[in-house]
Amino acid sequence: MGAVIANDRDLNTTFGALADPTRRAILARLSRGEASVLELAEPFDMSQPAISKHLKVLERAGLIVRGRDAQRRPCRLEPRRLKQAADWIGTYRQFWEESYSRLDDYLHELQTKEKTRDVKKTRNHRRTR
Amino acid sequence: MTSKKLEITAEPGKTSFTTRRVVDAPRAIVFDAFTKCEHLTRWMGPRNLTMASCTTDLRVGGRYRFVFRGPDGNDVGFSGEYKEIVAPERIVRTFVFEPIPEAAALETLELEESGETTIIRTTTVHKSVENRDGHVNSGMEAGMTEGYARLDALLADMLQKR
Repeated sequence: MGAVIANDRDLNTTFGALADPTRRAILARLSRGEASVLELAEPFDMSQPAISKHLKVLERAGLIVRGRDAQRRPCRLEPRRLKQAADWIGTYRQFWEESYSRLDDYLHELQTKEKTRDVKKTRNHRRTR
Repeated sequence: MTSKKLEITAEPGKTSFTTRRVVDAPRAIVFDAFTKCEHLTRWMGPRNLTMASCTTDLRVGGRYRFVFRGPDGNDVGFSGEYKEIVAPERIVRTFVFEPIPEAAALETLELEESGETTIIRTTTVHKSVENRDGHVNSGMEAGMTEGYARLDALLADMLQKR
């Protein structure tokens, strides 16, 4: 059922952006507050242009926004799109969690019926109730 | 008491993900529950959806189709073809969410008997797809499945820190 909500082009772009470990690390860093390209490049041991490329992907996917300050252009997390992506996962999880919970009940019901039948057999057709 | 938690695992760099769930029933019953419509209609899908129609032609090359009806009366179909059947332990089948046929996947269902319980494992592999709109490439397809296990952790982390 994984594809249920993933038809959305936005969502595909979002998951594409999330497919890269560096970009996920950038998002994790930005979850602690806004940062400039320089600040972001530092812990990743990556050149500034390389980080800028990742930031463009994240920006296009709507996962981050960049400030207007021409010098610094700080990056900030945009949680709305990430929430959408998580909702898709939630849909998959919800579908199967609820299905399995119903399956638990149903399997219990099936086995109770079977046991009742067995009991009836062994008691040689004596009424069980 | 066994843990009834649905575990979802995605390995980085792969286009597949796996799930694991334990149920309290012998394997043969669970196999029937997954393959016979008389059972499937009783449990598959969230409670707000009813299974409006169900077909399972359980043989290699046979097809299955499940149609769910939402509260708004809209129907949506899931279907595919059985590729491998080893009763009562293993089924490989294609999976298509009908509104997006290009996003087909291959699903493997494995049932392992463990005492009084059965361990249900599924593996879903997304195919690389040439998407018409040109915006989706196989890397993004990979991201869809790869990203979400980590995303859960990331989100939990983020929500905590807000």
